[in-house]
Amino acid sequence: MSNTDIEIVVEDPTAPEADSPQMASVRVVDVVVCLLLLALALTLGYDNWRTGAGWESTGPQPGYFPFYLSIILGGASLYGLVAAFLSRRESSESFVTQAQLRRVMAVFVPTVLFCLATQFLGLYVASFLLISCFMRLVGKIALWKSLLTAFVFTAAMFVTFDVAFDVIMPKGPLEAALGR
Amino acid sequence: MEALGLLMHGFAVLLTWKTLLLMMTGLVLGIFVGVLPGLGGPNGVAILLPLTFTMDPTSAIVMLSCIYWGALFGGAITSILFNIPGEAWSVATTFDGYPMAQQGRAAEALTAAFTSSFIGSLVAVMLITFLAPMISSFALRFGPPEFFAVYLLTFCSFVGLGREAKHKTVISMSLGLLLAGIGMDTVSGQLRMTFDSAELLRGVNFLVAVIGLFGISEILLTMEERLALRGHAAGISLRVVLSVWKDLPKYWVTLFRSSFIGCWLGITPGGAIAASFMGYNLAKRFSKDQDSFGKGRIEGVFAPETAAHASGTAALLPMLALGIPGSGTAAILLGGLMVWGLNPGPLLFVEHKDFVWGLIASMYLGNVVGLVLVLTTVPIFASVLRVPFAAVAPMIVVSCAIGAYAIQNAMFDIWLMLGFGVVGYVFKKIGIPLAPFTLALVLGNRAEDAFRLSMIGAGGDLKVFWSNGLVGSITTLAIVLLFWPVIDKAFGSVTRMLRPAKA
Repeated sequence: MSNTDIEIVVEDPTAPEADSPQMASVRVVDVVVCLLLLALALTLGYDNWRTGAGWESTGPQPGYFPFYLSIILGGASLYGLVAAFLSRRESSESFVTQAQLRRVMAVFVPTVLFCLATQFLGLYVASFLLISCFMRLVGKIALWKSLLTAFVFTAAMFVTFDVAFDVIMPKGPLEAALGR
Repeated sequence: MEALGLLMHGFAVLLTWKTLLLMMTGLVLGIFVGVLPGLGGPNGVAILLPLTFTMDPTSAIVMLSCIYWGALFGGAITSILFNIPGEAWSVATTFDGYPMAQQGRAAEALTAAFTSSFIGSLVAVMLITFLAPMISSFALRFGPPEFFAVYLLTFCSFVGLGREAKHKTVISMSLGLLLAGIGMDTVSGQLRMTFDSAELLRGVNFLVAVIGLFGISEILLTMEERLALRGHAAGISLRVVLSVWKDLPKYWVTLFRSSFIGCWLGITPGGAIAASFMGYNLAKRFSKDQDSFGKGRIEGVFAPETAAHASGTAALLPMLALGIPGSGTAAILLGGLMVWGLNPGPLLFVEHKDFVWGLIASMYLGNVVGLVLVLTTVPIFASVLRVPFAAVAPMIVVSCAIGAYAIQNAMFDIWLMLGFGVVGYVFKKIGIPLAPFTLALVLGNRAEDAFRLSMIGAGGDLKVFWSNGLVGSITTLAIVLLFWPVIDKAFGSVTRMLRPAKA
């Protein structure tokens, strides 16, 4: 009847602090998203109106559906905008705190760099770099473990997709040098 | 019983070493996905989908559906041992499962969870076996107007019955429909919303969007949380399994009730999450000893798990019979069908008998194999959580990128996936539901085609949607459901006016 049989413990030393200052409230993000959606609705609506949003004898023209959908989207975002301005309840709710944002960026920025690297170095090299650097720099895991994990994972992916299943991935100079 | 004969044929298709091996692989991968934080059923299926592109459709769907079963099983492990629901639908399992583990009855709770999951899906699969062929043969008579009416019904019920703020559901759905329309218009061949970009010519691929929305965004969300955990380890001995199974008949009412709720909510777009909570609450309400719930009562594990699995499985029924997915994961499986060149819908039962019955047979077999697998390997999977997230996160990112690229061999899709990741993260945090978006994206083109084909057939007359009893009642029902909250409110105020004394 006690907690003495706890056998698995995983610590999270870099966990975001609970009292971290808030970076943005839900309300602000709500407003920004609604404005963006409204802009999108206007752009798409205009483009579809240009394509032809009328009704022919055989039914709607190609732009008909998307045009009215743009109007619905625009209307719903306008409603959301008004609702966000009028609500007081949500105004204090936090969208993201500083500490949380730091952690999210710690994944997001490497992911963007990984996509860039994939474009120029090929996917396998990029994934090796991503996994090893992420484990070492963000996870503070021993260098040899990081390099080994990254190598094993990348190699396993290469064997699975390129060799066994013939799924072609973006490749770069390294693969070219190895003749694959 | 034509269905039984066909089912036997399905088993015959499946019972090869290669398929069984794929099944095991799928189940193991699925349990991994279910146990790991930041991944779930839809993400797992979406990320692993590219692996199946080179297989034949039957093997591919067997593997994918096994990943799905595995994820359903895996969610229970973390919620009982660690009090961390790996999936939203396992939240209700933690209420009684974790207290049981604290009392040293983890093995019992796990056995109960796996067994009831198994029972739940079994009931739902039987429902599929007998109902799906009937519905699909009925739907074979559908023309474009009927199909459009059914699509309309799906969309409207999401808006009308969803729990989120209505305008947010509408935003999510219209955005999905708009994105589905990008690219070449299939009826007239004209280009729409491409803004002269060669990359947009292909359109926005559904699976790329899903990988971003569910995979990438889930990692961003997980990073926000505190990832420390403490939990119990448990091995399951045969003795415990047998003693739980011996008690099983005592709980037949709970099991039956939860299966029913699960099947019902799975077919209608309610989903496994709602089903598990409803199963739990009803078991509690009908219990003689309500206070003991939440303190480690085995019924509190049986009820939500049975309902969640029944619902997760039943969600495949409308997908198979009508080509309309009942859940996010079903939508992704539907996307897979299209990649393999199969046209989801009633014709599937006629044109691809092997495939359909192979899939249904794999549901039976996958659940049996899955049950044995999880009962024997729980300790291994529990220790998967020891792997630091810093090692798991980049691997998930790489898998997502591989998945997104493999679909159309386009680098642009990797960037698109990244964009959808950000969109998914923001949407989840401000409460815009992603399920309507997914559904709209996968059904958008089919719905529009159905509408325009019926317009061409009827010479542009909208009355075609009320031209006979069947299509008319579906269309009317759709419109009623769309305005259901308003109607419900109106009814409510009328009743209140008639009975002012009670208020």
